[in-house]
Amino acid sequence: MNRDRTVLMKGNEAIAESAIRAGCGAYFGYPITPQNELIAWMACHMPESNRIFIQAESELAAINMVYGAAGTGIRTMTSSSSPGISLKQEGISYAAGADLPCVYVNMVRGGPGLGSIAPAQSDYFQSTRGGGHGDYHVLVLAPKSVQEAADLTYLAFDLADKWRMPAMILGDGLIGQMMESIILPEYKEPALLPVKSEWSVGHMNQTHRKPHRITSIILDPEELERKIRSRYERYKKIETEEIRFEEKNCEEADVILIAYGTAARVCQSAQQSAAGQGIKAGLFRPITLWPFPYAQLEQISQKGKPILVVEMSMGQMIEDVQLSVHDKVPVNLLSHAGGVIPTEEEVFERLRSIVFGGTK
Amino acid sequence: MKKIYAHPESLIKVQTKYCAGCGHGVVHRIIAELVDEMSLREKTIITNPVGCAIWADLYFNFDSVQPAHGRTPAAASAIKRILNDHLVICYQGDGDLAAIGMAETIHAANRGERFTTIFINNAIYGMTGGQMAPTTLIHQKTATAPLGRDPEFPAGMGYPIKVLEMLRTLQGTTYLARGATDTAAHVRQLETYIRTAFEAQMAGYGSSMVEVLSPCPTNWGVSPVQAVDIIADKMIPYYPLGEIKNTLPDTFRKKKEGGAL
Repeated sequence: MNRDRTVLMKGNEAIAESAIRAGCGAYFGYPITPQNELIAWMACHMPESNRIFIQAESELAAINMVYGAAGTGIRTMTSSSSPGISLKQEGISYAAGADLPCVYVNMVRGGPGLGSIAPAQSDYFQSTRGGGHGDYHVLVLAPKSVQEAADLTYLAFDLADKWRMPAMILGDGLIGQMMESIILPEYKEPALLPVKSEWSVGHMNQTHRKPHRITSIILDPEELERKIRSRYERYKKIETEEIRFEEKNCEEADVILIAYGTAARVCQSAQQSAAGQGIKAGLFRPITLWPFPYAQLEQISQKGKPILVVEMSMGQMIEDVQLSVHDKVPVNLLSHAGGVIPTEEEVFERLRSIVFGGTK
Repeated sequence: MKKIYAHPESLIKVQTKYCAGCGHGVVHRIIAELVDEMSLREKTIITNPVGCAIWADLYFNFDSVQPAHGRTPAAASAIKRILNDHLVICYQGDGDLAAIGMAETIHAANRGERFTTIFINNAIYGMTGGQMAPTTLIHQKTATAPLGRDPEFPAGMGYPIKVLEMLRTLQGTTYLARGATDTAAHVRQLETYIRTAFEAQMAGYGSSMVEVLSPCPTNWGVSPVQAVDIIADKMIPYYPLGEIKNTLPDTFRKKKEGGAL
């Protein structure tokens, strides 16, 4: 294969290759559009580096293979798209409950149900609120480009290990399918991968330690509550240490665009065309969707400028924006659902009508 | 003086939560003795199921992983591929294995995954309180088949699944045997089956499964003694004991006939 670091790649391939470079030792997948290039890349390149690849019989099996693999302390990953991620939520909840680090990718497509196979952002609620049953969070990283998809995948493995929890790459069909020129991250030396032997299973014969138990069951309600509260203490630290976002021209702006992923890409272009027409639009792009940059947005809202949230859903992230800014500034929504991508022109038109008024 | 009988090191000395007359304890004991005998306690991982044996990790003195209901073979597949010199035991009941987890069971077997499944067939859901299982016998009464399992419509409850006979058609399976815990002779025979499966696994063969016809007096609504009779009179005639499939190499089999390796 091409081991050069500068390559032209699809988002799905970039994520797969970046995962291999991050030291992913076991990948388990099940085909679903629009993430099929990812599993195909893994099928080709995991075995050639003596790593484990299994095409599972279902998303349920794939995520539970991840669960088992994560229990051994190896870096492990699965990927899917919306309907498949719904199936994986069972295993993700168990992984969160057993404090297992793992990475999973959702190349979101239009839902609900089978929906479409076109790019969407309608899994925001599911992603940022845990997704499965029980009280928990997963780290959610939302790339806007192929380069960032590769970089965030590389980071996701580190974050998952650091915080001992599942981390998710929330892309969409466009991020997965489009090709861009990128610089791949370096191969992580296997010796530099974190050691997890203080809790993982296997190799007991090397240290003669006591047995380790990977489990999420705690039947005593008070004991379970204590466990969940301690996990939420960890979440609180994550909420202060791991927030990532991009802010562009928000200081001097008359209107603030807020979007993530593909929608943010469209907003970037709209921001430029607005500038050409004398409209000063800022762009705030959350990169971590959980933890969400509430405080940073609250800060921006102090200037009192109106906000335009652009989402490829009926309006899900807008609830977090409203939680950030309270009622201090007007929050507008431009939304598309079902796999429709907003155009630069319509974002620009909305900016114009917010700044200059009018019904258009 | 030589000590010939002791509590296995692989079994923690605690009172189990299992009911009087339950078969899990016998099977746990056999597994623990074999793991000790093979000196594999520190290289054994059990994936325990959802069901009564959800507590297996409290009793076995080795590593354990607790996956979701029915997904045990998927997790065991990954664990064994990563820790391929370890003994991986996938412990499952009939609801876990043959209802919610049937897809994972069939596909792990078909891939020839090199772990050993211990399949406890007591023809009923134990932990949730005696509902109908895929292996519940025709006319057997359960909480969800109060008039007895009736395969005829309108009830349409299906037929008891012979899991091993179904799996034997898959090329990925090498060793499938069915034992029971109703008599001392059957327990000894069961131990031989499980030993063969464990040794085959450690020699790199897969996949292997040992089914155990196991009593559940609590949910069958009978005494432990009556439960033993039910295994002999009702279960064994439908689920025949023996090696349902054995495609292990002859050398391996000859060794078996000569006793323990």
